[in-house]
Amino acid sequence: MSAILVVAEHAGGRLNPSTAKCVSCAVAIAAACAPQAAPIDVAVLGAEVAPVTAAAAALGGVRRVLSLERAENAAALAAVWAPQIAALAPEYTHVLGPSTTFGKDLMPRVAALLGVGQVSDLMAVQTPHRFQRPIYASNVLVSVELPAQQRVVATVRTASFQPAPAAGPAPIEARQLQVPLPGHTRFVARSPVNAGRPDLQTAARVVSGGRALASSDNFQLLYRLADALGAAVGASRAAVDAGYVPNDLQVGQTGKIIAPELYIALGISGAIQHLTGIKDARTIVAINKDADAPIFEVADIGLVGDLFQVVPELEQLIRARRASAHS
Amino acid sequence: MSRSILVAIKRVIDFSVHVRVKPDGSGVVTDGVKMSINPFDEIALEEALRIRERGLADEIIAVSVGPADVQQQLRTALAMGADRAVLVQVAEPLEPLVIARLLLALVQRHQPLLVLLGKQAIDDDNTQTGQMLAALWDRPQATFASKLELDGTRARVTREIDAGLETLEVDLPAVITTDLRLNEPRYVRLPEIMKARRKPLDTLTPAELGVADTAAVMRVLEYRTPPTRARGVRVGSAAELVAALEQRGVL
Ligand SMILES: Cc1cc2nc3c(=O)[nH]c(=O)nc-3n(C[C@H](O)[C@H](O)[C@H](O)COP(=O)(O)OP(=O)(O)OC[C@H]3O[C@@H](n4cnc5c(N)ncnc54)[C@H](O)[C@@H]3O)c2cc1C
Ligand SMILES: Nc1ncnc2c1ncn2[C@@H]1O[C@H](COP(=O)(O)O)[C@@H](O)[C@H]1O
Repeated sequence: MSAILVVAEHAGGRLNPSTAKCVSCAVAIAAACAPQAAPIDVAVLGAEVAPVTAAAAALGGVRRVLSLERAENAAALAAVWAPQIAALAPEYTHVLGPSTTFGKDLMPRVAALLGVGQVSDLMAVQTPHRFQRPIYASNVLVSVELPAQQRVVATVRTASFQPAPAAGPAPIEARQLQVPLPGHTRFVARSPVNAGRPDLQTAARVVSGGRALASSDNFQLLYRLADALGAAVGASRAAVDAGYVPNDLQVGQTGKIIAPELYIALGISGAIQHLTGIKDARTIVAINKDADAPIFEVADIGLVGDLFQVVPELEQLIRARRASAHS
Repeated sequence: MSRSILVAIKRVIDFSVHVRVKPDGSGVVTDGVKMSINPFDEIALEEALRIRERGLADEIIAVSVGPADVQQQLRTALAMGADRAVLVQVAEPLEPLVIARLLLALVQRHQPLLVLLGKQAIDDDNTQTGQMLAALWDRPQATFASKLELDGTRARVTREIDAGLETLEVDLPAVITTDLRLNEPRYVRLPEIMKARRKPLDTLTPAELGVADTAAVMRVLEYRTPPTRARGVRVGSAAELVAALEQRGVL
């Protein structure tokens, strides 16, 4: 019988939305296993995980949540977590984590401990052992097949799956694993959680800026438009490299892969490495003063113009529209 | 533990090439296409060179797994400043787990202080090899590094993560994978290209490293081009843009 384990991602007592997307992928694998049953468990590692296990237990399709509390699990260190997940793996045919920096760091270490390869960025389930994934900055899609007897370890491309809906709570089971853990890797610090603004990875709307913004001061223009729209802020690599915005705003092949309803690219040329990150956006808007910029090849709505002129106008129009909707 | 650093170099299609699927779906077009060192691996090599320049390492060994053509990229690595290079010659591309096993065998030969790899190869976008090597070697990993400080027995690494930055401390030896903002690789100058011709470049087989089984386990059944987006509309002003957004129901 098949059984699927999802490794939960969480921080600050909150379940990361990537986990609900992994559960959706697990549901798709379970459906491909039918008529055989393929129950789905979620493993939550941490020092104190009660709020997180409760959130995981509320995800539709989950059979049970495994709570693996241990002081050493306080930070998500791959070297510490991987041997524990590998110890759980024999009960499962599939072990999934999200294709976020958390899962990309952890899951290959799990796979190697299990002596198997990993399917990275799983984007579609074709059979329980055949999956579609992107390569070459998503310019090419491949179908890969694993031997039917092999345990599947994969990271799930979160932009390809909707979050699993809420359902009645699944049981939570505490587990104690007698696994020796290494002391060679120590957590030192993490930048504070950026509160207040919508999260780039899950926001319905994103406003992104490129090199053309030319300074971090000018990015204020973009933040104001984002606020008017209730949008998250993103950026191209060039804008991050130049120090206009922090690294966690980078969208693209080597940054975040996102799937918002609306993506507005301001002064971004549209290099393939950037486009990789926005392929699944429903509506792409591009504002660029170069009519031949490649971003226009993927934009649903294009405006050739100077962003320093257009963006303040756009912000005014959107604020005015909101004000009239409220009156 | 010696004072050497192993740097993994992969030969990939250059990042500026628009990669195309062969008409029969059996792979991607590589004939006449520009090949380069994976950009993240150049960053890894640059970091190793800087560590040596600070007097914290003695020898930089560039290692690659691939066909004979990879010698070109290894010569470039030598011209950048690596002291020697090792090519594990294989005809077919190998899976990350097998690459990790081959790298482990090289690690056991050279007992390095550090192994530096790119965070991802921009061809297969796997993001696996460094983590797998660290697991097989049973040593620390610090992936997606944007800052690296060494003090002889430990490394302090700043990592680019989805939530911002994270700092880890790891005991050496360790595996570190590089992110884009760790450094800016130097350009290679002509005299160095000449000098690099005399630096040692050894070729080994997987069997010589004691790795007997290199066969692929995953089968790629099909390569295809993703669907392209439908052609969009052009608008002439901010007001027209708002109207177009309203029409699409996204405001
Ligand atoms: C290995 C690798 C990985 C990479 N990963 C990523 C990634 O994850 N994400 C990413 O974004 N990039 C990535 N890149 C970089 C990518 O190739 C491009 O260099 C980058 O996306 C360019 O950023 P940009 O569009 O902001 O800058 P540019 O290409 O310089 O474009 C600026 C644009 O602004 C326009 N412009 C200028 N002034 C104005 C104005 N006043 N009003 C309107 N428009 C204006 C110009 O016409 C131009 O099109 C990667 C590159 C490599 C090699
Ligand atoms: N064939 C190879 N030869 C040498 N190094 C490799 C090879 N494949 C992968 N690597 C290293 O592993 C890193 C990550 O690759 P990947 O896991 O394939 O995304 C690359 O940036 C290289 O440093």
